[in-house]
Amino acid sequence: MPAGKWKDNMGMTYAQAIRDAIAEEMEADSKVVLIGEDIGIYGGAFGVTRGLWEKFGPSRILETPISETAFTGAAVGMAFMGYKPVVEMMFGDFASLAIDPIVNHGAKYHFMTAGAVKCPLVLRLPCGSGTGAAAQHSQSLESLFLNSPGLIVLAPSTPQDAKSMLKWAIQCEDPVIFIENKLLYRATGEVSDAPYNFGKAKIAKEGSDLTIYSYSRMVEESLKSAIMLDSAGISAEVVDLMSLRPLDEKTIIESAMKTSRALVVHEAPLFGGFGAQVSSLIAGSDAFYCLDAPIKRLGGLEMPIAYTPSLEASQIPTASSIYEAALEMME
Amino acid sequence: MMSLSRHFEQKVNELFMKGMVHGTTHLGIGQEANHAALGAALDERDWVLPTHRSHGHFLGKRGDPYKLMAELFGIEDGACMGLGGSMHLVDLKNHNMGSSAVVAGAVPLAVGMAMALKKDGDDSIVCAMLGDGATNQGMFLESLNLASIWEAPVLFFCENNQYAMSSAYETFVAGQDIPKRAMAFGINAAKVDGNKIEDVYDAVSNAARYIRTQKAPMLIESITYRQLGHSKSDTRVYRTREEEAQWLRRCPILQNRQLLESRFGISSSIMDDIENEAKLQVQMVEERCFANKDKVLELDKALGFVYASGEMEG
Repeated sequence: MPAGKWKDNMGMTYAQAIRDAIAEEMEADSKVVLIGEDIGIYGGAFGVTRGLWEKFGPSRILETPISETAFTGAAVGMAFMGYKPVVEMMFGDFASLAIDPIVNHGAKYHFMTAGAVKCPLVLRLPCGSGTGAAAQHSQSLESLFLNSPGLIVLAPSTPQDAKSMLKWAIQCEDPVIFIENKLLYRATGEVSDAPYNFGKAKIAKEGSDLTIYSYSRMVEESLKSAIMLDSAGISAEVVDLMSLRPLDEKTIIESAMKTSRALVVHEAPLFGGFGAQVSSLIAGSDAFYCLDAPIKRLGGLEMPIAYTPSLEASQIPTASSIYEAALEMME
Repeated sequence: MMSLSRHFEQKVNELFMKGMVHGTTHLGIGQEANHAALGAALDERDWVLPTHRSHGHFLGKRGDPYKLMAELFGIEDGACMGLGGSMHLVDLKNHNMGSSAVVAGAVPLAVGMAMALKKDGDDSIVCAMLGDGATNQGMFLESLNLASIWEAPVLFFCENNQYAMSSAYETFVAGQDIPKRAMAFGINAAKVDGNKIEDVYDAVSNAARYIRTQKAPMLIESITYRQLGHSKSDTRVYRTREEEAQWLRRCPILQNRQLLESRFGISSSIMDDIENEAKLQVQMVEERCFANKDKVLELDKALGFVYASGEMEG
């Protein structure tokens, strides 16, 4: 299906929104190229690039062998020469094989060369559990990239954000780690041409009793829990962080000051997880004096993702576990 | 050019011993035939990505010796304004994309750069430099495969200086045949005496012509010797002084002098003049660096180089 066709649909999927963003940027700028495994006629492991091969062909879509280090490195090299590669990692987990080109080269070249060389590329990472793919195909590895100044890390939670944030990321002059979520690929929502307001978080739902901070698919679970909390007479605000680096500190702090309770939720394991950054930001700010309860964090259990469906489902936060945690904070 | 590289490195060594230059450094003494021949045989428009042992290649690609020395001094006038140092020297004007300090790290980048040139319809080539140690990296082997199937105009130039730090080539590189590794991926490859400048020049000229006309990558293994230790802390306990003495007799600068004298009748006094001129040039560069040694980039400006999009935290 040609990419433009979905534009006026009421409900576009997250996957379609990503495809649309890519197609529009490829049409607008001949320097935008796709790099990755099975992204041609096959359309990628999750079908995200389906239809693009017919439209753009092999001159714009560089299919690669299973060599994550080499093709991510090649993408960095192309970016140095003025191209804007969009790299699809088949599974986010495999980004572990591309750490050298991204962390040691892409993230540092602009700095090391005192601004002489830019590295405009996007690394798309399909992350998250819930597909029964077990420990090596289900991780949320954003923390691997968050401690590297030079990288921008974005994590959209809706089709609208997926499209506007990816379009922005492709035009960005810095390397962007684009965290996608596999379970969200089929989520639908209205998508407009609204531009992304870079670096800003979004109040996904207003509330007054506590704030739930989250990103990617956990925003959906947080919103569900907020509806449950409403029924229990608790008004929860949900902040969708959207950009993990840079982080919208102002919105985070203001919301905590308003509601006086902060609950941080993500799918990645808690230990060393991004929630610690958000928590310490709140604890170290003026919001600290407004808090009516200790800051709480919810994340994946300290174990690799299990294969057995019931175990897999019980090891990451859900609307119910967020609801329970919020109730405890209100006691 | 070989003399400039030699005298430059000797000066760097001297400054290190005196504690005038900090950090670490990897000297290319003994490998000058490669520095000079590559720079001369490649076109000016061709790109290079040297390794952590990159001073000589920076000079070979016509880089400004002052900018190089200033970078080692960590001052604002340096090639990277003091932010890169010895192992990260960039010189875009002369199509030097800079060196990676991760062994084999620049090899996949070179494949991508070559693809960019190819897509632009530019027939420049990209020279990815590596050492014998890098041929054991997975990303080198992955890059050979990628360059071969993509027909990327890359020259893989492997300076086999016999040692990856203390690890001897003959012990750590299985099969001891680097060209064969490339040929296994359908890549044309050649082996050359890396201490003979005329041989390296011919090999690189031929390879560049092949890559440009055949639109395919190629590999050259240049056999040479790292006369000094790996870096400043190396006491060379892993090799004998006899071995070093043998290789010193094959020193590229010495051999070049003998060749010029026997074949072209260039007298040793002319050669001495060239040596002295190089020495003087390095001395002037050193004096200029000392005069500017306090010109250090401000921290705020350094922070401004983290993102091309500008400062963004907070």
